[in-house]
Amino acid sequence: MTAFGTGGEPLLRWSYVRDNYDGVIWEALKEHLVLSFTPVLLGLAIALPLGLACARWRRLYPPVLAATSVLYAIPAIGLFVVFVAFTGLTYTTVVVPLALYTLSVLVPSVVDGLRSVPEHVRQSAVAMGFGPLRRLVQVELPIALPVLMGGLRVATVANISLVSVGALIGIGGLGQLMVTGMKWPGGAYPTPIVVAIVLIVVLALLADLLLLLLQRFLMPWERVRRSRRPAEVTR
Amino acid sequence: MDTRRNDGATGADEDVSRLITFAGVTKRYADGTVAVDHLDLEIPAGKITVLVGPSGCGKTTTLRMINRMVEATEGTVTVDGRNVRDVDPPTLRRGIGYVIQQAGLFPHRTILDNIATVPFLLGRDKKQARAEARALMDRVGLDPAFAGRYPAQLSGGQQQRVGVARALAADPPILLMDEPFSAVDPIVRASLQDEFLRLQSELEKTIVFVTHDIDEAVKLGHRIAVFQVGGRLAQFTAPDDLLAAPASDFVRDFLGGERGIRRLRFTQELDAERDAEREAERAGER
Repeated sequence: MTAFGTGGEPLLRWSYVRDNYDGVIWEALKEHLVLSFTPVLLGLAIALPLGLACARWRRLYPPVLAATSVLYAIPAIGLFVVFVAFTGLTYTTVVVPLALYTLSVLVPSVVDGLRSVPEHVRQSAVAMGFGPLRRLVQVELPIALPVLMGGLRVATVANISLVSVGALIGIGGLGQLMVTGMKWPGGAYPTPIVVAIVLIVVLALLADLLLLLLQRFLMPWERVRRSRRPAEVTR
Repeated sequence: MDTRRNDGATGADEDVSRLITFAGVTKRYADGTVAVDHLDLEIPAGKITVLVGPSGCGKTTTLRMINRMVEATEGTVTVDGRNVRDVDPPTLRRGIGYVIQQAGLFPHRTILDNIATVPFLLGRDKKQARAEARALMDRVGLDPAFAGRYPAQLSGGQQQRVGVARALAADPPILLMDEPFSAVDPIVRASLQDEFLRLQSELEKTIVFVTHDIDEAVKLGHRIAVFQVGGRLAQFTAPDDLLAAPASDFVRDFLGGERGIRRLRFTQELDAERDAEREAERAGER
């Protein structure tokens, strides 16, 4: 068990966890949560109106999609460094780039979700006297929700993982523990690194599970969709 | 009455009020296509009027101009004496039931809430709206056990019944139906048609029914409007008149070679009441 190197150091020393769980580890975890969920909420708040506009004015979508795709292709570390120049070593420097990533995942989700509303359903809503806003809120958004939730889950998990990169500019939640492990005086110390990795993975899985449960709760009709239909009954 | 334009075919029942009228109505699209061409049509109240014709003849466009899903380029469409242009579209539409081929049910709402859609829109009491929706389910032949289910759990024929119940929920005087029974198999279609006729005999709604199937038109229609490509009305008359005296080669071709058989079958099926009614109309006309 000496993957890291020097002096037969084990991967995990429980004494480190015991001494630090309510100190360094807890602080890092809290920071990680804030740094991963703030961009998701921010990204969602922008992606929703932007996606609606793209679905409404079709010619707007190709340029927006191109812009968000380019944005998504820029490595996180590059964006963080660029933003340091504007916002310094603050949470904002990490939150804004991650919000932009979230945006590039969510805008297509919103557009695809709205496009998944069958035309006959939209038409019948119009024919029954739904005005545009009511139709959007009561018919189109609920039907778009499964696709949107899919995007939200991807963006959330990606953010939880990406926050660690912020450690390179000193703001990285659990990523900070990895830096600690690597720069340990007297050689690399694997324990904080392993703790960070395990917590990040657990956090990502938990967040995904929570969103999945939320999806189930919000969309009971989706659960029955794949179940069979009864035989034709005629009276 | 004398201010209305009446040709021989539409003037069959003078005493019946007209809930829906078209006067010189044309629909021309931006690319110059004419979907409906100078249409004059008076749809009798409380009866089933079938718009029939090949695809591209403007029958669906005509239907949709009644509830302003399509706006007329020229001419006037009136509903209950009012020009539809003067009525705010959502308000107009909430007063007109609408049934389409694929039912158009909301996948995210239960059957009961789908049926109660328009009463909800009108701000009626939810509990009462659901109770009325439940009563309607029985009326259209739906198992009450379906109330809490979602549309995806129902067969095509059952969904179509829900579509009809939903259109009836706010008790509108007018029902627009666009090929409502075309997507189901022939046996289910026949039973849906039969129940629809039974229901209509109780409700006496003013129904405008679009189909491309002349058999369906003859079976359901009190009046049949045959449209031809280019959006022109070829003939508007009662089904037996249509079969006995097609007004043009187009109508004759559209009715097809089995016209004689259809006519025989149709006349045999006519019940005494309907026969008597028509006789009375004829007498009044002369």
